[in-house]
Amino acid sequence: MFKLLFLVPAIPFASFLWLATVGPRTSRRAVAIVGVGSIAACALLSLLLTGSYLVSPPLGGAYTQVLWTWIAAGGFTPQIGLYLDVLSLVMMLVVSFVSFVIHLYSAEFMLGEEGYSRFFAYMNLFVASMITLVLANNLLLLYLGWEGVGLCSYLLIGFWYQDSVNGAAAQKAFIVTRVGDTAFAIGLFLLFTHLGTLDIQELMRRASEQWSTGSSLAITAAALLLGGAVGKSAQLPLQTWLPDAMAGPTPTSALIHAATMVTAGVYLIARTHVLFSLAPPAQFAVAVVGAATLLLAGCSSLVQRDIKRILAYSTISQIGYMFLALGVGAWSAAIFHLMTHAFFKALLFLAAGVVIQALHHEHDIFKMGGLRRDLPYGFWGFVIGGSALAGLPLITAGFYSKDLILWHTWSSPQGSIALWIAGMIGVFLTSLYIYRLIFLVFYGDKKMEVSHRSHWRIKLPVVALCFLSIVGGFVNMPRALGNVTAFTDLLHASLPEALEANKAGMTEGLSEGLAAISFGCGLIAAYVLFLRRRSIANALGASSAGRAIHRFWFADWGMDWIYDRAFVRPVIWFSTIDRNDFIDAFYDGVAGLTELSWRALRATESGRVRWYAAWITAGTVIFVAIALWI
Amino acid sequence: MNVIAFYIAAVIAIVATVLVITLKNAVHALLYLAVSLIAVAVIFYDLGAPFIAGLEVIVYAGSIIVLFIFVVMMLNLGKRATASEAALLKPAMWIGPVALAAILIGEMAYLLEHGAMGVPAASVVTPRAVGIALYGPYVIGVELSSMLLMAALVGAYHLGWHKQPKLEIQDVSREYGTGTDAGRDSIRTGSGRPAGAA
Amino acid sequence: MLAGILFALGVVGLLVRRNLVFVLMSVEIMLNAAGLAFVSAGARWAQADGQVMFIFILSMAASEVAVGLALVLQLYREKQSLDLDSVDEMKG
Repeated sequence: MFKLLFLVPAIPFASFLWLATVGPRTSRRAVAIVGVGSIAACALLSLLLTGSYLVSPPLGGAYTQVLWTWIAAGGFTPQIGLYLDVLSLVMMLVVSFVSFVIHLYSAEFMLGEEGYSRFFAYMNLFVASMITLVLANNLLLLYLGWEGVGLCSYLLIGFWYQDSVNGAAAQKAFIVTRVGDTAFAIGLFLLFTHLGTLDIQELMRRASEQWSTGSSLAITAAALLLGGAVGKSAQLPLQTWLPDAMAGPTPTSALIHAATMVTAGVYLIARTHVLFSLAPPAQFAVAVVGAATLLLAGCSSLVQRDIKRILAYSTISQIGYMFLALGVGAWSAAIFHLMTHAFFKALLFLAAGVVIQALHHEHDIFKMGGLRRDLPYGFWGFVIGGSALAGLPLITAGFYSKDLILWHTWSSPQGSIALWIAGMIGVFLTSLYIYRLIFLVFYGDKKMEVSHRSHWRIKLPVVALCFLSIVGGFVNMPRALGNVTAFTDLLHASLPEALEANKAGMTEGLSEGLAAISFGCGLIAAYVLFLRRRSIANALGASSAGRAIHRFWFADWGMDWIYDRAFVRPVIWFSTIDRNDFIDAFYDGVAGLTELSWRALRATESGRVRWYAAWITAGTVIFVAIALWI
Repeated sequence: MNVIAFYIAAVIAIVATVLVITLKNAVHALLYLAVSLIAVAVIFYDLGAPFIAGLEVIVYAGSIIVLFIFVVMMLNLGKRATASEAALLKPAMWIGPVALAAILIGEMAYLLEHGAMGVPAASVVTPRAVGIALYGPYVIGVELSSMLLMAALVGAYHLGWHKQPKLEIQDVSREYGTGTDAGRDSIRTGSGRPAGAA
Repeated sequence: MLAGILFALGVVGLLVRRNLVFVLMSVEIMLNAAGLAFVSAGARWAQADGQVMFIFILSMAASEVAVGLALVLQLYREKQSLDLDSVDEMKG
């Protein structure tokens, strides 16, 4: 059974090739069948592999399948190898299943677009790259998948390339993540130079043997890997690309920028957790980045108007939670939250797609209202997904995963009360902004008429994800509520257990209770401000302080402005003044010389016979002279 | 070889040639060219090639120069042409070509000085020997030159041909009332008769 | 030597004159000079080859004159003058 592992990335890749070459000439039906079918096969295979793994796990808890040796250069021999342990199993399952659901959705959603097969080709390539990323057994192959998803992200954000705004957004995404990728690459160089291998398990083993905790090499390597993760997962300070990436089609946003690609950074850190354990400052930096990002993005999400941008900032914020968990050593909790987040964030994006499509591609929530009867699937999708996001107690998956994280930020040796408070405030903000969205879009007076109805291919994925958003959390419940630890136990085969220092002042139950209260405050505040008394919200917004803060948060805490001033303008200025440097003069000189010789030669073609005759004579004279005297 | 005859003929040839290239009137220049060619024919005879000498006079001086004269006369340039020719021929234009020619002559002189040339033999090469040579080893040259002449003929004919405007044929007979064709007179027949081919 | 001088004079004439007829005349001068050179070489070694060459040169000169004069007529018809410098349409 495990021998079929290579098919999981291979099937989407093969279907990408088919879709890219033959696809445009076939019917939409064929494209949809191939595009969605391949991912369905992928998901099915993942399920079977999971079953097989759970029933009879391979020796040592991990199965390695080496396909071939990629490069053989001296001591550097990375392979194309796939590594299946619990972590990659969970990731593979999440990615393939969510991808399948989203592909099914987009088979109908993208039906009106030209470039149908192109879309599915890119999406399939993306899934192939992502699966490669999570199944890679060495960091170089992981980097290949990393770059592949980056490429597909670029291609899909700029899917409607005729509008240059989309192209610019795609470029921004690619360039900002490139900064992170460069850090990642340098980290790879460092790791290879000092430890001699890039095979992950081997690398971790050697690192723990050769580097002591807190050694500067470990810290540098971990920090560089963190840089890469920050870029890909859109954390501070490289988060500026994700809100603009909403220029792509909604299924793309759902798949790439909510459920899978942005979680690649989290996966990377979880995979190389040994390294981070060896570098406590780096791990602390992970936690700080996560906490800061979740607050910052939460504030920004609160003041946005575009429905997808709200969700984009929300993604940034939730990944901040995952980073926070990783930073305090709660590795399994981070992966747990990754899984539930994939479910409810994809659900939110798909429901947003339903709303957008129904309202003729209107994105501004202030132009929407009162849609809860006309768009039931959109409404319930948002309610369930949004509640899971905010962490509605007991019945949503988000509650369980988020609370696990919050508890660990308090109780872990690397945690601190400041981080816990940040997490709590995050809960309040999350609840506030998502319920703001729900109340503004689905309650109140109707401002626009619904013009499009969805069919089964849109409804079924929404329903499936609703279901998962509710029950997905039941795999791991806290002590006070039944103490189910199935999920974390599963992951402990490859990720270390989160330690619990005995800190006074809080129990898990109390933490949960406070989180629930925080959630409730957010809900009530949203209800009051946006449903009952809009005047308060308007008054707050109209005051000068309110306006300033609004502008500040709207512009993502000024990050774009900072980047523009600090990086973009100096580079442009420098390249402008460097326009005519001496190297350019050299090339201009070559061109000028060519032109001069052209002019000279042109003059000899005067068209006059006597002129030609004269030159012939002169030439003869000269040649005779040469023949005689040389 | 009669040296004196040679030198006299040589001087005449050179002087005549110089006059050819400097005169403005085309016909005068042609006459001097004829003189030059005849002088060269004398030199040929002196060198012991009587057949060639005769050939030079008959063909070269006789037909080619005459052809030139026909064309010049047909063009009917007149005094205006002579005047314009004078305007075109400025002294400054002579400098370059004369310089080149001088260098050429100098090289020639150098070659002759250092070459292995002796006094020409005084033997006569009979026409018979020439004929045998022509139809022996050089027969293909004969064929080729006949083809060349044919091509030149056709080419010249074609190039020289041009339609002259057709004018009305005056029907004199109608005026005189008779019905026969014999009284018809053409004022000018010009139906493309080739002009310029000798 | 004489041939060389005559040839050089022909070259000068070719380069200096602008009237096409004169140019053709100069060409004739040059051909004649070349023929003279051939004949004298043939006489030097008492072989018939020089004269044979001269015959060929002669026939070639005749044909060339025929075609050349036809061209002169064409030129005169087109431009009403025989200035060689006026036919510079192939310049550049």
